[in-house]
Amino acid sequence: MTRRPASWLPIYAALYVAFLYAPVLLLPLFSVNNSATPTLPLAGFTWKWYQQLAGNRELVSAAWNSLAVGLATAVLATLLGICGARAVTRYRFRGKRPMSGLIMAPLVLPEIIVAISLLLVMLAFGLNLSLVTVTLGHVLICLPYSMVVLMSGFDGFGLSLEEASADLGETAFGTFRRVTLPMVAPAILSSLLVSFTISFDEFIVAFFLSGTDPTLPIYIWGQLRFASRLPAVLALGTIMLIGSFILVTIAEILRRRAVRRTQTDGCLFV
Amino acid sequence: MIELRNVTRSYGAFKALDAAQLTIQEGEFFSLLGPSGCGKTTLLRMIAGFDTPTEGSILIDGQDMVGTPANRRPTNMVFQSYAIFPHLNVEQNVAYGLKRLKLSQTEEKRRVDEALAMVELRGLGKRAAHELSGGQRQRVALARALVMRPKVLLLDEPLSALDKKLREQMQVELRHLQKSVGITFVLVTHDQYEALAMSDRIAVMFGGKIAQVDTPQHIYQHPVNRQVADFLGGMNFIRAKIVGEDERAILVETAGFGRVKTDKPGHFRSNGGSATLGIRPERLRVLWDDEQSRHEVAGTVVDRHYFGEVTHLVVEIPGFEAPLSVIETNNFGADDIPVGAPIRLAYDPDALVALAD
Amino acid sequence: MTVAAERIDAIVHERARRQSFHQSEQFRGLALISPTFLYAFILLLLPIVVVIAHSFWTQNYLTIDRTLTLANYRTALTDPMYLDHLMRSLGISLAVSIATVVLAYPIAYYISFHGGRHKNLWLFVIMVPFWTSYLLRVMAWKVILGYQGVLNTGLIGLGLISEPSSALLYNTPAVVIALTHAWAAFAILPIFVSLEKVDRSLLEAARDLGDGPVRAFVRVTLPLSMPGVISALLIVMIPTVGDYITPRLVGGTEGVMIANAIQTQFGRAANWPLGAALSVTTMVAVTAVAGLAVLALRALARAMR
Repeated sequence: MTRRPASWLPIYAALYVAFLYAPVLLLPLFSVNNSATPTLPLAGFTWKWYQQLAGNRELVSAAWNSLAVGLATAVLATLLGICGARAVTRYRFRGKRPMSGLIMAPLVLPEIIVAISLLLVMLAFGLNLSLVTVTLGHVLICLPYSMVVLMSGFDGFGLSLEEASADLGETAFGTFRRVTLPMVAPAILSSLLVSFTISFDEFIVAFFLSGTDPTLPIYIWGQLRFASRLPAVLALGTIMLIGSFILVTIAEILRRRAVRRTQTDGCLFV
Repeated sequence: MIELRNVTRSYGAFKALDAAQLTIQEGEFFSLLGPSGCGKTTLLRMIAGFDTPTEGSILIDGQDMVGTPANRRPTNMVFQSYAIFPHLNVEQNVAYGLKRLKLSQTEEKRRVDEALAMVELRGLGKRAAHELSGGQRQRVALARALVMRPKVLLLDEPLSALDKKLREQMQVELRHLQKSVGITFVLVTHDQYEALAMSDRIAVMFGGKIAQVDTPQHIYQHPVNRQVADFLGGMNFIRAKIVGEDERAILVETAGFGRVKTDKPGHFRSNGGSATLGIRPERLRVLWDDEQSRHEVAGTVVDRHYFGEVTHLVVEIPGFEAPLSVIETNNFGADDIPVGAPIRLAYDPDALVALAD
Repeated sequence: MTVAAERIDAIVHERARRQSFHQSEQFRGLALISPTFLYAFILLLLPIVVVIAHSFWTQNYLTIDRTLTLANYRTALTDPMYLDHLMRSLGISLAVSIATVVLAYPIAYYISFHGGRHKNLWLFVIMVPFWTSYLLRVMAWKVILGYQGVLNTGLIGLGLISEPSSALLYNTPAVVIALTHAWAAFAILPIFVSLEKVDRSLLEAARDLGDGPVRAFVRVTLPLSMPGVISALLIVMIPTVGDYITPRLVGGTEGVMIANAIQTQFGRAANWPLGAALSVTTMVAVTAVAGLAVLALRALARAMR
């Protein structure tokens, strides 16, 4: 039976995608507009807002901070994600559901709750707020995403492949190095990229947990108070959008490759 | 070669395998046959080292294997899913285990080529795993295990994913391969024809217990009980009265077959003077026209099923509680016998077997 | 077998059994998940417990008085300002979650039933904006809805209005619009997943038994996809209730939400216990509203069959 969509559905789908993208695409549009305010009609093309960014010391140091936090977060969240995802997909054990539930919880909690509770504990333990505390918070909120990406890579990765490796004489460590790791490498890379992207764009947790070193979103937040700096913020935002887009696209391609790989096992024509 | 002493595997109160006692000879093609959940795969996985017996010991070449991990056992396995490493090509898959042996490049290559030739995959070494058909994957799995020159090759339902034609072809090939390499093969299967066609000996298993171990012919013709008889193919069961009994044989009397003397199966227990006799449907033969036989019964055809090469006749015999089923090849016109026709059947008294209940 | 051999046998078996515990699924699974679990335990569960504890304490200038008291909750639930913030936050999150689900359902349906080979591409296209900075996405709405913004200047340019309207930005509707946009993609995934699980032959059976396409949808597809609708509703409603950025950027004085009040307690006002009590109250309240919404949806689904 062939099903034809109701005629309004494709139109609605197109409108919906437009609704999703239009506001986001306004940023690049006005970042090259030769006007201090984002108004229509457009006032001509310029690169000057981008040029203004280049010499901004505050901005550059905030960018380095975000980069450092993002990298550290990506590595930590992915390492923890590997343990968690592997445990969940490979073993059956009591307490699996509540444990993985807690790990996934930041996904459905208001970020401000996560942020203030972390703040309270860190202050209670006498930790100074710094990029380290931001990283600890970011790892927590990246974990659910890292888990999801890694689980889809690990899932369907048949137990029999590891057994086959052991059967052919390989040790547990050798099996991990020669079979498991190469199979899930794309998923791991994908998790690194996704975690980095989230951390790099994250505001609330950084807002509460950063000390004197701002991350990039915190810097942008500070700039938003000044109307005159809006075009430069738009330019910066555009660069971040493009960066996120590229990283997420690569992550998705890698994740799909991981899924395709693991699922060929035992199936003929996948 | 392989000796199982009282091997038990329990999960809590459930016994997946119950005190299995078994000896498999060197160079033998041995099958573990049974329905799903009978413990055959558990047994195979314990020989391979993926599972540990709760009790008992497993000896390979006289050495106790309990506590030896899978990677240090002289066994290799062909997995049901084949478990072809998807990130490696055919050659790399076959060479996987050899890498651990630190052979010279040329020696490794030679052995890989030899193994690929053995399974008739010459020239496909560079193929990626996902480019292989089901039959080819199966051959790669076989080559990958054989290249290790194991003392025992374990095969876990290796043909179940193939279609009927390919399966029958592979049965013959596997049998030839086993004879030429001389390695002990232990095959797990739920397909009785597969087990009968390939094995030197078969162990039939039910509910975690080994019911009978014997050659294909003997196990087919002299099953120890109804369960084994049933699992290995169709069989007619006839109630009989025991009229005489000694150490090795019993004498029974039935309504249609008269007095018959048969071998007594090992576990036979006479059940208040009554017994069950079995006869395979193909061991009954239709008597045409005025053909005579020393051993015959008469009845009426009540149903007929046409299968192309053979016809199954259902024949009611006066005095039998259930009709007999008869398989007749279609070269004399068994497919033309009308339902309701009177019929005479010849039987070989040697084909009658007494069954333990 | 000699006695010595039996002893050795027993020892070997004992070792194998101990080894098999270490190799057991239970042990390995727990060992493997524990670093991740402990991380979440120490940095999420424990902190939440600390927040709950704080909500029963009192701020005494720079120190915390740890005598248990309900005073913070009394303030949170009786002070008209906090009550107003809380109610507005709940209202906004309910409105946003309903809007996202209603907008997302047809898209999820379209992708699941008519996406064909391009299902994954569709999902990816829809998820991409979600991966870009939340802050920037909300900021975009400020650019659109502002007095000098794209919408006003655009409409003037088209000659549809002569004066820029100040009614677009800095109010509750602006918050709802910006949040609905920001969370749109999030609602699609769970609905899509549940629609994918709907056995297509069930629909053919419904058609075969005399239902038209609309009735088959209402009686089969919609009830079967209800779990997805419910999780979409929750996955949007609970996080949005505590949103901080959107009300600050586009809410103005009218659109202030509870998160802004919580932030004040941890910042300028420096009253952690009150901030904690407001947080706990918000979580309890949103859980209650979400629970009611789920019950209402289930009742609706039952009524449709």
